[in-house]
Formats: sequence, structure tokens, C-alpha cells
Amino acid sequence: MTGRFSLVTLAFVLAMAAGASRSQQASGARSVPDTMAQRALACTGCHGDQGRSRPEGYVPRIAGKPAGYLLAQLQSFRDGRRSQSTMSAMLQPLDDQMLAALADHFAGLKVPYPPPKEVASTGASAARARQLLTVGDSQLRLPACVACHGTSLTGVAPHVPGLLGLPADYLIAQLGAWRTGYRHARNPDCMADVARKLPLEDIARVARWLAAQPVPADASPAARPPGEWPMDCGGKRP
Amino acid sequence: MSSSPIDRFVGACAVICASLCVVALVGCDDSKRAASVATVERPAPASGDPEKITKGAYLAKVGNCAGCHTVPGGPAMAGGRRLDTPYGAVFTSNLTPDDATGLGRWSADDFHRAMHEGLSPDGRRLVPAFPYTSYTHVSREDNDALFAYLRSLPPVKLARRAHELRFPFGTPVAMAVWQWFNFTPAAELQRSPAEGITRGAYLVTGLGHCGECHAPRNRWSAPGSRLEGGAMPGDGWFAPSLHPGPGASDEPAQTVALLRDGINARGVASGPMAKVVLDSTQHWLPADLQWAASYLSNLPPAPAPSQAPEADPTLRATGARLYTDRCADCHGADGQGVRGVYPPLAGNPTVVQPSVLTLIRVLDHGGFAAATAGNPKPYGMPPAMLSNEEMAAVLTYVRQSWSQRAPAVSTLDVLRSR
Repeated sequence: MTGRFSLVTLAFVLAMAAGASRSQQASGARSVPDTMAQRALACTGCHGDQGRSRPEGYVPRIAGKPAGYLLAQLQSFRDGRRSQSTMSAMLQPLDDQMLAALADHFAGLKVPYPPPKEVASTGASAARARQLLTVGDSQLRLPACVACHGTSLTGVAPHVPGLLGLPADYLIAQLGAWRTGYRHARNPDCMADVARKLPLEDIARVARWLAAQPVPADASPAARPPGEWPMDCGGKRP
Repeated sequence: MSSSPIDRFVGACAVICASLCVVALVGCDDSKRAASVATVERPAPASGDPEKITKGAYLAKVGNCAGCHTVPGGPAMAGGRRLDTPYGAVFTSNLTPDDATGLGRWSADDFHRAMHEGLSPDGRRLVPAFPYTSYTHVSREDNDALFAYLRSLPPVKLARRAHELRFPFGTPVAMAVWQWFNFTPAAELQRSPAEGITRGAYLVTGLGHCGECHAPRNRWSAPGSRLEGGAMPGDGWFAPSLHPGPGASDEPAQTVALLRDGINARGVASGPMAKVVLDSTQHWLPADLQWAASYLSNLPPAPAPSQAPEADPTLRATGARLYTDRCADCHGADGQGVRGVYPPLAGNPTVVQPSVLTLIRVLDHGGFAAATAGNPKPYGMPPAMLSNEEMAAVLTYVRQSWSQRAPAVSTLDVLRSR
């Protein structure tokens, strides 16, 4: 009896709640969650639900990237160091506090990565990619990618992004943009330096290799680089 | 959206002309901007009347000098920002007190002459991208305070890049002809009005330089004196009419809210205006905002929106479907939005204004309201990613719903504005 009574009460309460919500809608007084996730719906239209994106697209994943890196990118789009008309237009009226809140929101989202879509390269191409990633090229005076981006290539908190789980086209476009001066980081702009030294065919090799790697279950950025920072980069400064 | 080819031609010419003076507070293409190389020469000179400097700093916010004279992320007021106009690019000048590249050798008289007469100390006529057409109304007292503030900044060595205006624009002859036909310095004002609607008018027409976007321009690109709204060259926004709408009794309070918070009961400041709210109007003193709003609410009322013919039912039905799928979650099926969060589309003056440029920009780029002290964590809208046909349908639907009857939007209208 008690059980039935509670069910009736529950049904009644739910019906009242539904009615209230309908009447609120009618009067235009709908309530909206006061959360960053709600505010970030402006971003997830392109960057995917929770900023997880998809590996076959171009728009990069932003979920789980280091907060400092995300903030620096948002500031760069707003202030013209990176160029993308929609990103720039959207961010113009936002101050650093709001950009930091968005960056922290996406940095805190630990959502799983889908398996990579890219087919892994083999042979000499893969070997060269692995060499550049793990050892670098002393003749070209290129440090290993892992020296800054972390041993597992998932980035180093808070400023260096991971390189896994990104579409190959996006990686190629970014390295190209650094070479041509279309993308900038704060000076000294290390990645511009690296991208200009990196031979064109190696850009494609590295991008395809990276895009074919599965992302480890724990994709959090490392706390520190494996050794000394090999370069002094403006992007690492707050 | 139903104009004769001649009207459209004249309109197109007006838009093309409209902008030697684009107040490219925004709307200018910064994508080619390179990192500025500037060096701070020495610490700020300690001299100067602190009260005057403080007042000048406030006036610089009111006039949003940094909007054009500071490269984002670059040294304050050192200029170098590129403003694209249909006549070519202009580069803003260095306002810091550097002797070689800034205003270091200028006197207060020189500064007043530039603001009041559009002339540099060497007698050169300044390009009207520097809006002396408005600043001519600024009082000597305020110019002196602004100059004292600029003198107090650390000098930055940064030579101004030469303008890249197509021949003959920018030549001394062109500037002389332009000023001859379009510019007469205002009567010299020693003191600024301290209060009331006179102060509102002083701020709106002078330092606030609202008319540089909100007044339609003539065929010489010179802004008129009536704030009836105008298309902004560059990214293609439409600066709405500032005349009071019909039957809007709470107009001044709404204007104050929009300029202070970036959002009010009828909508949000979007595009270039959102940036102006962020950098300038939210910092205006409450009394100044109030007087400016009173002045605007006393302008002659805007004509009531026309009752356009009802749109083709198929187009409207397509629009209704898109609206339900893509817009109603936030803006509500009833177009009421959510107060303080998502702007209403019913009763929103931007939705029914004759030009659809702003609506198309908002749908294309999405955007956030300005992050202001009154609304520090604004909500936003993603880019809508609609085809030309879909955009025409959904815009027609919102312009003809909830007892609104603005002209329908055709695919061609969208195509022309994109």
C-alpha cells in the first residue's frame, strides 16, 4: 500500500514538474544549466560532443588537452597569431578569464579516444617517422618530438599538447602553417623553427604515423618532459 | 529585398564607397597581421598631472583608442594595426610618446589640431579612417586630458607602416578634396558638458564616434549625422539604427544594459559591437552611459517596421522545420530565448531590421556575447553551417513569426551577403 502510495505521489510530482516546465517554456522562463558545458555548446558544434571530435575529420579534438595549451590557442585565435575566421570571430568579445574557463573545461574532460582510422605506414617511411619522434635528427638539428611532447606523445602539462588522436590532415596543415608563417606561437616560436627544418616528405611521414597510433588508455599529459627541455619556447610560458 | 536594379546599384556603390572611414574597430581583417616588433625605449616619464592622466585614461576607454591603435597582444597604443578598407589598407599610428615614431615631439596644440581639424603637425591631412569627423566635437579640455594620458605611457619605438591605399586615394590632393566636400571642423569647445542630454550627445557624436558605424555614409564614404544604421564594410555587418523603436518605453534602461553588460532583454551585442562593449562601453561611468542612453532615446523614433507580404508557405514551412531542429532548443519555440542567457528572436530589433547582413554573419560564425563584468561567463552559439537555401528559409521564418512581418529572405539575398 505504502509502495503504491509513493508511486502515485511520485507520478503526481512528476506530472506537476512536467507541467511547470511546460508553463515555464510558454512564458520564456526556461532554465538553462549554469555550467561551462552549456556555454561550451558553442564549441562542440564543430569540435564534437564534449570536444572529442572524430579522427576522420579535420577539426581537432580538444577534450583532455593541457589547459595551458588550450588557453594559448584560444588567445592566439583571438589575437591573430593563428588564423581561422570562425574561431577568430567567435572569440573576439571574450576576455582571458572566459578563455581560461573554457580551456579548463575542455582540459578536464577525460573521454575515451576512438581507434585510429589511418592505416599504419610500414618499412622505411615508418622507421624514419619513429626516428624523428624518438631520437630526432642531429644533422638537421631537430630534437626528438618526445623530448617536448612526452614519452608517450600525450603532451606535457600544462602547455605542450599531445600528438596522438589527431587527423593526419590536421597535423600536416599545422606543420605547413608554421612553415609558411600562417600559424604562430608566442616568441620564441619553436614549432615554426622545427617545421621549417623538417623536410616536406618527413612532415607527411610523421603525420601519417602519428594518426595511425592508438591512444593509450591513460591519455593524460605527462607532468614533465623526459629530460631537459631541448628548446626555449614562448608557448611554454604562462 | 525588393528594390529596383538602380536602387541596388546605388546601394552597392554606397557600400563599396562606404569606408575610407570604416571605423574598423572590428570588421577589419587581421589575419595578415604579423607579430609586431616593438621596443619599449625607457620607462614612462613621471611628470604630468595625475588627475588629468586618470581622466585621459578614462576618455581613451570611452573613445576606444586601443581598438585601433593597439595590436592585440602588442604594446599599448603603439599602433601598427592594419585596417582594410575598400580603398586599400591603412595602418594605425603610434600614439606613445616616442620621439622618432610616436607623438614624442607633439604638443598639446598639435594633438588638439589632429583631433579637431584632421591635420598632422606638418600640415598633412589625415586619412578619415581616423574618425576626426566625430572627434572634431571633442572639447579642448578632453583632448588635453587624452594627450596627458598618452604622454604618460611608456614610449614604444615602432614606426608606422605607410598606408597601402590605391591611387589616387591617400594622395594629398585626394585628402584635400575629400575634406573640402565632407568635413568642416566643429565649433571649438573649451569645456565638455558635464551632465544631461547635452553630455549624452557630446559622448555619442564625439569621442564615442558611434556614427562612424551607425550613420549611413554618403558616396564619399563620409558618415552622415543621423544614426539610422549602416552597412559596415569589411566582414559585412550591419550597424543598426540607434533611433528608438516604436513603443519601447524602457529604451534608455535597455540601452544602458546592452552597453554595460553586452546583453539586455531584447538581444545581445554581436560581432563588432560585442568587441566595443568588451573594450569600451562596459567601462563607461554609469552616469555617462545613462546620459548617452537618454540622448539616444530622445532621437526621432525609427519608422515602424513595414508589414511585408507573407512569405511563400513552402519556404516558411522549411524554415519552421529547421528552426525546430536547430534553433528552438536555445531560442525557444516561442522565440523568447532565455533571459540573460540566449537572446529572444521575437521582439529583437536586429531580427526585423531591413538588412539581413548581421543575421547571416551570426548564423555563419556563431559567437558569444561579450564577457563583461555584468555577464562574465557569457553563453554562446555554434556556427549554424546552413546552405544558402536553408539560411534563407530559417531567416524568413524568424522574420515572419511571433507577430513579426519583416520582408522574406531569398536564397539570392543570402548569396549576395555571404
